[in-house]
Amino acid sequence: MFQIRIHGRGGQGVVTAAEMLSVAAFREGRHAQAFPSFGSERTGAPVVAFCRLDEREIRLREPVLQPDALIIQDPTLLHQVDVFGGLAGDGYVLINTSRSFEALGVGEVAHRLRAERVRTVPATEFALKHVGRPLPNAALLGGFAAVSGRISLDAVAAAIREKFGGKVGEGNVAAAREAYAFVRGALPEASHAQAD
Amino acid sequence: MLKQTEGSHAVAEAVALCRPEVICAYPISPQTHIVEALGGMVKSGALERCEFINVESEFAAMSVAIGASAAGARAYTATASQGLLYMAEAVFNASGLGLPIVMTVANRAIGAPINIWNDHTDAMSQRDCGWIQLFAETNQEALDLHIQAFRLGEELSLPVMVCMDGFILTHAYERVDVPAQGQVDAWLPPFEPRQVLDPADPVSIGAMVGPEAFTEVRYLAHVKQMRALELIPGWAEEFRGAFGRESGGLLHSYRTEDADTVVVALGSVLGTIKDTVDEMRRDGAKIGVLGITCFRPWPHAAVRAALASARRVVVIEKSLAVGLGGIVSANVRTSFTGRPDAVHAVIAGLGGRAITRASLGQAFAAALGGTLEPLSFLDLDRALVERALAREREQRRSGPIAEGMLRDLGVVAARPG
Repeated sequence: MFQIRIHGRGGQGVVTAAEMLSVAAFREGRHAQAFPSFGSERTGAPVVAFCRLDEREIRLREPVLQPDALIIQDPTLLHQVDVFGGLAGDGYVLINTSRSFEALGVGEVAHRLRAERVRTVPATEFALKHVGRPLPNAALLGGFAAVSGRISLDAVAAAIREKFGGKVGEGNVAAAREAYAFVRGALPEASHAQAD
Repeated sequence: MLKQTEGSHAVAEAVALCRPEVICAYPISPQTHIVEALGGMVKSGALERCEFINVESEFAAMSVAIGASAAGARAYTATASQGLLYMAEAVFNASGLGLPIVMTVANRAIGAPINIWNDHTDAMSQRDCGWIQLFAETNQEALDLHIQAFRLGEELSLPVMVCMDGFILTHAYERVDVPAQGQVDAWLPPFEPRQVLDPADPVSIGAMVGPEAFTEVRYLAHVKQMRALELIPGWAEEFRGAFGRESGGLLHSYRTEDADTVVVALGSVLGTIKDTVDEMRRDGAKIGVLGITCFRPWPHAAVRAALASARRVVVIEKSLAVGLGGIVSANVRTSFTGRPDAVHAVIAGLGGRAITRASLGQAFAAALGGTLEPLSFLDLDRALVERALAREREQRRSGPIAEGMLRDLGVVAARPG
């Protein structure tokens, strides 16, 4: 089983991101379970959503306490919420930002992890460019496909189209593709987050 | 057709496939997505020959369902939590009159303190109201139980409550197999009411009954509900033949063959319990699981048989009978032939507290080691309780308990003013 935890703020499409990721995995023939951290969500309040992927039926209903991957939609949460809680040493981290892990003040966390599994992507910029709204969720799924290799970009694109459809869907797919290319492009080189 | 969809939406599709003629509902989390989706289907014409009635309260929702059902319509509504309490008088009327309404209860805690999260307190508060109560373990089962509920209720002329864990199931995206309309039509015959308000053949429904026959009417309600225990197993079998999967039935046993410890529970927590039990089985523990799908009527004989070789029973329950302890465990004790003190109640998941494998594993290990109390509370923060008790000892005007605890936790910063 592969477990993903998505952190963001109310209004950023955190829950929708987890749902789309589950749809993408379903389209690849896998079992997937997505659910929000239930609360009275308000715009701007910290929100968490979870997604589990497996080759067999998923029965577990507890929140994702030991994620294999983290997607952080809003870097201002890094020092407000224990976003890295339970993350394994071989886990993946994808942060929506144009800054480096050091500049965000989480360089130490990045050093603990495998360099090629820790990435940043300016997903909000890509969303503004392709969708016209600062909603980074779909773009981040493209970035997640690139950094983790756990889901194909095509499946992510299909899930985005299933959720949104029309022009908004296509814009989000374009944002996801650009994020995928951005993260893939950064992969071969040593990351800014890597130890000296 | 296999779909990856939200639990609420899966249930809405199942209800639509049952061709309801009147849907009335008042919004309350976590049920709202279900009736929202059904409202959309009625508006778009995808659900034909169905009237969707917006009502002003849950009391009105159940009252409209009663009227619709008495007029011979297949009627459906959904609610949760305070909404179920608000309609309670009409809930008793629906069963007392023998009207086969189907209602989803998206299980949620009851306030005060106000809490929107999941537990089973709402459904348990109505356990003796005369409705059949079925509990879904997964979204697939929630979907399937609705199809079974219409047939069961209409056969017996009794209302059926399908309980599914609020948020944990209603808001979870997972794989479900949504049957085709033809499959459901073949399995669920049209509603043939035993009583109907028909101008061509007038009757009155809802007579006042005095001591001369009240006991007999109530007795018959009991006898009719108990008949569900005879019908449900066969229909679950038939459902499997028609739809190709196990859903419904009275109980589900898991790895109980040689188990001397059996964990009993209702609803979605069974999945986490099974994963926990699998881990303990790998370490050699003889432990199994009994999931109760049909809680009312209570499947006395089936529970007795399922627990016949168990030496101890651990009941994980998401509600608390204040002043008693466990509700499900109290029912289990009536069916357990072993020592009554071998049935342990573990109150868990109240108000949405996560029930984790780690905590379940500790409770089960304590049961195996003989140290589990007859009544315990999973992950109880004793220090928090002690601070509240200390406040009460120290001063007469110790203030509201909930607010005091939140202050202790740092959730609210300061007193106003």
